[in-house]
Amino acid sequence: MASKRLSHLKALEAESIHILREVAAETARPVMLYSMGKDSGVLLHLAKKAFFPGKLPFPLLHVDTTWKFRDMYAMRDAAAAEHELIVYRNPDGEAKNVNPFDHGSEAHTTIWKTEGLRKALSEFGFDAAIGGARRDEEKSRAKERIFSIRSEHQRWDPKNQRPELWSLYNTKKRAGESFRVFPLSNWTELDVWQYIEAENIPIVPLYYSAERPVVRRSGTWIMVDDARMRLEPGEKPEMRRVRFRTLGCYPLSGAVESDAASVADIIREIIESNASERQGRLIDSDTPSSMEKKKQEGYF
Amino acid sequence: MAAEKALLRLVACGSVDDGKSTLIGRLLYDLGTVPDDQLAALERDSKTVGTRGGELDFALLVDGLMAEREQGITIDVAYRYFATDKCKFIVADGPGHTQYTRNMVTAASNADVAILLIDARKGVLTQTRRHAYILSLMGVRQVVLAITKMDLIGYDRAAYDKIVSDFVEIAAALELPRLAAIPVSGVSGDNIASRSASTPWYDGPTLIDLLEGAEPREADRNDQPLRMSVQSVVRPNLDFRGFAGRISAGAVKPGDAIRILPSGRTAKVARIVTADGDLPEAVAGQSVTLTLDHEVDCSRGDVIAAADAPCEIADQFQATIVWMSETPLYPGRRYALKIGATQAHATITDIRHGIDIETFEPNQARQIEANGIALCNVSLDRAIPFDPFERSRDLGGFILIDPDTFETAGAGLIHFALRRAHNVHWQALEIDRDAHAAIKGQRPAILWFTGLSGAGKSTIANLVEKKLHAMGRHTVLLDGDNIRHGLNRDLGFTQADRVENIRRVAEVAKLMADAGLIVLVSFISPFRAERDLARNLAREGEFYEIFVDVPLAVAEARDVKGLYKKARAGELKNFTGIDSPYEPPEKAEIRIDAAAMSPADAAEKIVAAISAARS
Repeated sequence: MASKRLSHLKALEAESIHILREVAAETARPVMLYSMGKDSGVLLHLAKKAFFPGKLPFPLLHVDTTWKFRDMYAMRDAAAAEHELIVYRNPDGEAKNVNPFDHGSEAHTTIWKTEGLRKALSEFGFDAAIGGARRDEEKSRAKERIFSIRSEHQRWDPKNQRPELWSLYNTKKRAGESFRVFPLSNWTELDVWQYIEAENIPIVPLYYSAERPVVRRSGTWIMVDDARMRLEPGEKPEMRRVRFRTLGCYPLSGAVESDAASVADIIREIIESNASERQGRLIDSDTPSSMEKKKQEGYF
Repeated sequence: MAAEKALLRLVACGSVDDGKSTLIGRLLYDLGTVPDDQLAALERDSKTVGTRGGELDFALLVDGLMAEREQGITIDVAYRYFATDKCKFIVADGPGHTQYTRNMVTAASNADVAILLIDARKGVLTQTRRHAYILSLMGVRQVVLAITKMDLIGYDRAAYDKIVSDFVEIAAALELPRLAAIPVSGVSGDNIASRSASTPWYDGPTLIDLLEGAEPREADRNDQPLRMSVQSVVRPNLDFRGFAGRISAGAVKPGDAIRILPSGRTAKVARIVTADGDLPEAVAGQSVTLTLDHEVDCSRGDVIAAADAPCEIADQFQATIVWMSETPLYPGRRYALKIGATQAHATITDIRHGIDIETFEPNQARQIEANGIALCNVSLDRAIPFDPFERSRDLGGFILIDPDTFETAGAGLIHFALRRAHNVHWQALEIDRDAHAAIKGQRPAILWFTGLSGAGKSTIANLVEKKLHAMGRHTVLLDGDNIRHGLNRDLGFTQADRVENIRRVAEVAKLMADAGLIVLVSFISPFRAERDLARNLAREGEFYEIFVDVPLAVAEARDVKGLYKKARAGELKNFTGIDSPYEPPEKAEIRIDAAAMSPADAAEKIVAAISAARS
């Protein structure tokens, strides 16, 4: 029966669809986090498949930092034309005009993303937030559950997670507790790209190589995406053929020099290259075990 | 690297210090899965926290959480990923520490194939037997036995052969059918990605070749009859009604006759709908939406099965239970059970025996502690469709959820039905409970008095009964005197017996309420779970939990029966409030502050509150 064996991508797809249907069936008010990145794109694509021919049974939520790339905002607006999409900006961040330059990457991320997400979830009363995190991204994620329970204060307690057996997810919770649900848990970066290629999923052009204005910082290329970018003394933007492996706030997202101009090129590059994708993220290297700490505080 | 690969799920098990993390780290390293920046971090960490004197310590690639890095042990199930040209592997890393049976079971639950590690210097240990038992229990039928640290015994063939033959004996006892053995070293990489010159006497495949040769378990599920647990009903508009789910066994084509369980209704498959267009056929593992040729009742939790080979339906079965909660499992306590997309309430009616996972022998057990395994009889509040676990993990494996804490308290594997649902015919009762109550001109109720010994429960309950009697109500009072000396005289005061005591009282109270009576129950009933059980048995709106609340010091000072004194002197064991806990109600309908209120006032207040609630 070898002909009937599912390929790894089809098997992963089927598992993710099963998870998405479970969240929708068993939680009262789910929401899907949408960050315009490639993983979000795959997640949205899977959700459309899971509920076809119906519409998505939950809204999308973008927790905005106001510092994303312009291309990402264009992508978001395209998604909003097709689905219900909520944009949330932490009022504290707006009041204090929080930005990576004056406040540093750690405070910027905490206020806009960690606290922003926390506030958005409690303000709208969402009891399950579906995200695109994968276990291969970072060591502390390797033990994350697919249905990950968060305390009333939305904290993650790595020692108090429920065992997950077979395809059974325990979705019971007390008032105030919520779930983070990760349908892409078992995908790797390569799986994501192969799936994007196989399914022809639209992605932000920043993933493809192009001539872009960049400056060199902390050993990586930072793109000057708009006039708010503050240059250090002596810094002068130069044009380089670069692309991004992960996307976030533009002043905090490092680009790599690359000629990969198509998904096929990117896949080839990933297989040949040997740098992990989170390397371009400045926030992971703030402090030792920093991702684990951020997760305990409620970062996705 | 090919885009089309098979997906294989692998569980790695071994004792602490068998070098499991090192072996997995080595696999990741040899397959080029470790990116340069992580490799740089590895080199740095190997020098600072490594255990190999500055050499590359591959274990550091997989030991993730801060806490365990400090403790130097793996404390939970972690998942890793690597791929070869033919396969993508998902590795569940099950820890080897004694107290972590639950993690091992979790890690093995989805595995197609297992790597079981044995330290060449130590040979088969009790932990090895434990791992082998769990693999067998969880239905992992393909096992690669990796004898590790061969470099440390000078690649001694005789020692290797001895370990393998010791293990083959265990494997035979446990019916682990597909077994391969291989000598390896995670540190030196022998026989992992390529054959080692140090073991010329070993002529088998490399570890990676062995793993690639494993079969995903879907392979044999395709030959079975169709099974699909319905996750949801898809109704985007009036013209479309589909049933969404993931096929757990068999294959389906349009036109196939199916049966919906538990109702037993039949229909034919009209279409297999997906976002990529209708499919001519779908197979095990696929997530699809089926439409049927005519409108039939079918909802979440139902199972769509081949019409001529449906699964069984039962409300009682025998199952092996693996306990995971720190609170032991007691027979009689109620748990939420989840299997496929179905949920039910479950009670363990009988622990037939515990299982010693080192000797594989049965032993006596009255309760199951965390990490314990036992063969049990399970009873549900309704009949559900299932397959025996050995045929289907999806329809034979369940979890038990604690109704109080909502933790995943245990996992179960169904062996067979004890009583098939079609043999059960509830007597059609022509005189129903409403008729009983009507003849008395009253509405049945259960007044459940709970509180410490000496709180005044029975005194107050007696006064309430007198008042109700004076109002022309037909009542009955159940208390320790008339239950403990009769119906429950076989029960003592252990935690397990207390649970059973209250379960029986709750059932009796329910029957009497069905007979139309107002039932007053006066029992310490210290555990919330049992009081909730009683509440769940009762009809909505007919159960009143009355908390007779006094501070322990007040009850002890009263000590009407001299029991506290005896308990303090150690003459009475398991006495509530002294050496056994009392869990105060969180949602009692009525609370009596019995330190401040006289019994007569309390009775007045209770009757008034109940009359008000029912008018």
